[in-house]
This record gives sequence, C-alpha cells and structure tokens, in this order.
Amino acid sequence: MVEWTDFERATIQSIFSKMDYDDVGPAALSRCLVVYPWTQRYFGNFGNLYNATVTAGNPMVAAHGKTVLRGLDRAVKNLDDIKATYAELSVLHSEKLHVDPDNFRLLADCLTIVVAARMGADFTADVQGAFQKFLAVVVSSLGRQYH
Amino acid sequence: MSLTAKDKSVVKAFWGKISGKADVIGAEALGRMLTAYPQTKTYFSHWADLSPGSAPVKKHGGVIMGAIGNAVGLMDNLVGGLSALSDLHAFKLRVDPGNFKILSHNILVTLAIHFPGDFTPEVHIAVDKFLAALSAALADKYR
Repeated sequence: MVEWTDFERATIQSIFSKMDYDDVGPAALSRCLVVYPWTQRYFGNFGNLYNATVTAGNPMVAAHGKTVLRGLDRAVKNLDDIKATYAELSVLHSEKLHVDPDNFRLLADCLTIVVAARMGADFTADVQGAFQKFLAVVVSSLGRQYH
Repeated sequence: MSLTAKDKSVVKAFWGKISGKADVIGAEALGRMLTAYPQTKTYFSHWADLSPGSAPVKKHGGVIMGAIGNAVGLMDNLVGGLSALSDLHAFKLRVDPGNFKILSHNILVTLAIHFPGDFTPEVHIAVDKFLAALSAALADKYR
C-alpha cells in the first residue's frame, strides 16, 4: 500500500482540480510522440504524425490525450488503491495493446514537463516530488499485470 | 541517437536565449533533483545545507550549468571536449551514470518553467538529445 503524506494528497488533488484536462492531455501526448518518436508505433492508424506541428494539430492525438488524462483522474480519486483501480487497464495495455511499459514512464515525463510549464513557479520542488511520486505509482500499477 | 545538424542549431539558438539565466536554472534544477529524487543527496553528504536555494546548491548548480554551456560549443566533439570532466566523474567523483539522466530531466523541467513559450516540443527533443549525448561523453571513461 502506498503511504501518502497529507501534503502529497493535497498537492495531487489540487493540481488535478485546477488542471484543464482538454489542454494538458493533448499537449502531453503530442509532446511524447515528438520527443520520443518511437512511441508513434502504437498509433499507426492516427494519420499524420511526421512533425511537431502536424502532431499537435492531429484530432485523433487530441482525443486520445483527453482519454489518457481522464484515465489518470481515476487514480486521483482512488489514491489508496491505484493498483486495483488500474488492474484491468494494465491487462488491456499488455494483452491487447501490447505497449512496452517503458513508454508509460516517457509519457509521465512529458506530462510532468507540460504541467510544470502551465503551473510555473507554483510547481515547486516539493510539488514536483509529490506529482512524480503519484506518476511513479501510476506507471508501476499499469505495468503490474504484464507477464 | 546522434545529434543532427538541426539538433545542434536548435540547441545553440535556445542556449542563446537562456544563457543569461543559466546560473538560476542550474541552481533550481539541482535543488529540484535533491528534493524530488532524495537518493541523489547521497553524493552531497559533505554539504551542511541541501535545501533548494541554499548557498552550496546555488553555487554548484552554477558550476554544472556553466560546464553544460561550454559543452554547447563542443557539440562536434563531446567525448574529446569533455575528456577531463569524464576523468573527474569516473575516477574521483564516481557518480553512478544513471544520475545524469535524473539531473537532465530536472534541467528540462526547470527550462519548461522558465521558458514555457520557447521550450516547444522541437526544442525539447533537441535539448534532450544534447543532454543525453553529453551524459554519454561524461560516462565515457567509467570502464
């Protein structure tokens, strides 16, 4: 069981309550597809992803970015049992989507950078620590059902 | 994942914009790393104060960022240009090279905060590649 301090709980909930999911989700996913181009392997049917501008304007990328962020919301609402919350999603990513779990970490890093850019100085070192701990738990839970 | 001509010119152009704030960025990145990745504090047990903004963190952040700034001018031969620093890290400091990636990530986060408009995905990929190449050159003498 993950132990969350009061600061971590409050910080994670505050970040997500203030976040514009429809802005951050698409920005994080499209940044990931540009910065780590091998992640495009999972999106062969998304159409054009050949440069940053085209990727940022791709409606399927935008829609999927929002889907991913809404998925994260489930973990925010179930901080005390992220493992169970994501068990089915983990099986899905392993058995159906065949996503290398290293990619979860790459997307998490891009999400951190997008959130940092939006929050500016409010994204202090302690806030970063809490946010990254949350994402590390999410990434671990998503990889848990792989075999 | 070698640096293309385009990567080098993007990095140089971006560094031109940020070089005035290099000390601040270095200090903040180091402070973020020590806070968000507490295992990295093991290398600095000789400092009295490891909190972000403390004197040793600010000073050392400036030293690191200064060296990275020099490396921008050495991108055509990072292994040669960083040879002495690689000796230092390999034989004296013995920092586990996995930590170079951690510091690089914190530099990227700091850049995103201070230059949200300029740190586009295109700049992000070029700087990430540069820091990865720099880290590899720094680890060159390890074994």
